[in-house]
Amino acid sequence: MDAIILQILNGLDKGSAYAMIALGLTLIFGTLGVVNFAHGALFMLGAFCAVTLQRLLSLSYTVEDPTQKDFLGNPLKVDTPYIVSWFGDSAGNAILNWSVPLAILFAIPVMLLIGYVMERGLIKHFYKRPHADQILVTFGLAIVIQEIVKYFYGANPIPTPAPDVFRGSVDFGVMIGFAPNEIIYPYWRLVYFFFSAAIIGAVFAFLRFTTFGMVVRAGMADRETVGLLGINIDKRFTIMFGIAAAVAGLAGVMYAPINSPNYHMGMDFLVLSFVVVVVGGMGSLPGAVLAGFLLGVLESFASMNEIKSVLPGIDQIIIYLVAIIILLTRPRGLMGRRGVMEE
Amino acid sequence: MLGLSKKDTTFLLIVIFLTLATPILLQPFPEGSPLAQFNAGYPDLMQRFAIYGIFAIGFNILFGLTGYLSFGHAAFLGVGSYSVVWMYKLLSYNVLPGLILAIITSALFALLIGYVSLRRSGIYFSILTLAFAQMSFNLAYSVLTPLTNGETGLQVYTDDPQVLMSAGAPTSPHLFGIVMNESTKIDVNGWQFTFSNGYYFCAIIAIVVFYLSLRIFRSPFGIMLRAIKTNQTRMSYTGLNARPYTLAAFVISGMYAGLAGGLLAAMDPLAGAERMQWTASGEVVLMTILGGAGTLMGPVLGAGFIKYFENIFSKINDTILHSWFSALPDGLEDAVVFMLHPFIGKGWNLTLGLLFMLVVIFLPGGLIEGGTRIWNLVTGKSRKTRSIVKDSEHQPKPPVHVN
Repeated sequence: MDAIILQILNGLDKGSAYAMIALGLTLIFGTLGVVNFAHGALFMLGAFCAVTLQRLLSLSYTVEDPTQKDFLGNPLKVDTPYIVSWFGDSAGNAILNWSVPLAILFAIPVMLLIGYVMERGLIKHFYKRPHADQILVTFGLAIVIQEIVKYFYGANPIPTPAPDVFRGSVDFGVMIGFAPNEIIYPYWRLVYFFFSAAIIGAVFAFLRFTTFGMVVRAGMADRETVGLLGINIDKRFTIMFGIAAAVAGLAGVMYAPINSPNYHMGMDFLVLSFVVVVVGGMGSLPGAVLAGFLLGVLESFASMNEIKSVLPGIDQIIIYLVAIIILLTRPRGLMGRRGVMEE
Repeated sequence: MLGLSKKDTTFLLIVIFLTLATPILLQPFPEGSPLAQFNAGYPDLMQRFAIYGIFAIGFNILFGLTGYLSFGHAAFLGVGSYSVVWMYKLLSYNVLPGLILAIITSALFALLIGYVSLRRSGIYFSILTLAFAQMSFNLAYSVLTPLTNGETGLQVYTDDPQVLMSAGAPTSPHLFGIVMNESTKIDVNGWQFTFSNGYYFCAIIAIVVFYLSLRIFRSPFGIMLRAIKTNQTRMSYTGLNARPYTLAAFVISGMYAGLAGGLLAAMDPLAGAERMQWTASGEVVLMTILGGAGTLMGPVLGAGFIKYFENIFSKINDTILHSWFSALPDGLEDAVVFMLHPFIGKGWNLTLGLLFMLVVIFLPGGLIEGGTRIWNLVTGKSRKTRSIVKDSEHQPKPPVHVN
């Protein structure tokens, strides 16, 4: 039992990332009808927002401290971040320490802007082109974004630690009535899961309970009629693209402490996220979220030693295998509607 | 000749001439001149042209003719390479058994993947092929290590059986004694030409498969494939089942990819799983689109273009840039070099990505369409005769709904 709960927990953090990226992909596909291969790159850009903010905050100047001497007897040179000198020791260091959560505030406007520019500058011209062209141009864009990031940040992963409070692990088993030390789970992954649940909930609430969301939903169902009612639906869809980009970006920001960001992390997630979207049902928002968590958990179960010893290598291919089976037996995915993109 | 029309025969003869004369044509600058770095006439690069040309020609039979965009063709490339190296290990360094096995295994593999993937079309087909290729890649790295030697890559060791290996046989890939990486160098007052066995072996195979693809393009089968691309629904209304045709195209293009993979291992007796990764599949898509999907020469041009500029761009560095722009005033020179710096050397992929985007946006027909446009501009032909641009309005589009 405890092993099962542990595997479910282990699958949740990856599942959260899949769910958030797949949600954005589905939003874009549902509103604009565009298959966005650059969505993984947006996830990666989010993670690099965290890196950038961390670097900006830790910009520092060097002062010579005459009270201390280094081993040669010269005055010791001390690097002091500007933040620390502006806000004082405790506040400054706290800000530095909390750079990843702070990066959320930094990433939202940045990613919204990137999404807006991407849609207006490029995707807009591809509505009427075949899906293959959309895949190709966004694939090209993904390469370009990836290479630009590589140019500025190098090819190596950049460690981006979580705040000290969230380091270490929580003894999760005790909370739900198991013996101590049976289910140990890193704090940050728990945070990541709750964060993604909040974001996904917020997106759904936004679509369900606001006028804006209502119009967008109406536009997804019948774009032309909404346009005929005198509503500028294109503008709202552009904003939805920005929101989808921001969701992917936030997924990336919070993922940075789990896996040190590198320039190709987006591509790794993209392939899997597409599989998730297909399994969930192209165009179904709840389907994308459900499939994201489901596949994340499934992947973690497949990597249990008990299962690996029976079916070696299953952990490497389980997601693809599930996708192939789903596509062949139930082409519209788990929650896709009949007749939507079945062929 | 050979069942081709007069026009096609001339075309084929030109292609044969160009392919055979490549070592001379790609060496336009004398050795030691400052422009010698733009020469491409060395064996390794020319072999790459031929091999990736074969790969792209094969991919074009699927994508160019039927419009099915496969994102998993690198899997066949990898399978081909592994087959050849296994034949080196078991029999001898003769490449022929390996290449035959490579074609057979990749055909079987393509039959399996194609049979499953072709049940769906459009984006689902792309994702299915992508999933299969990633599965093969992941398996090659993990469970199939006895077959693929995992991360190290498959290579020939001294304790391998090599049952057909005779005493005096060469210890690198060869064809009945003709060693692949041997070459003859000829010096003609300053110009140096390298005629390598490996290149001519690849080139002859490339010509043969190009001829085959020409025949396929002109055959009723090829026309059927184009019909699938144009309007599959209408085709099925006329009582034709499209799937056997698409499956045949898929298997053929898989065999081309397997052959290309085998030739890669004939160049260098190594096979690694990274050849199967989806970025490698993306590369062949880039080549085909860049050159012009659905045209005969396009994919080959695209493959040559990408491989040539990959090589050239990776060699250029800031010092070379400074020497080019030394005529400019100092400040401007530094500015220009600074601007160009991200695109050269290691930045080649950035250039490639940008170029690819530009081609997809402005020139969906690739280099071939660009060439035709310029030709029409020069000869002053009317716009009407220009090749017809793809008409997306007349392709069936499913409605989009979200709940």
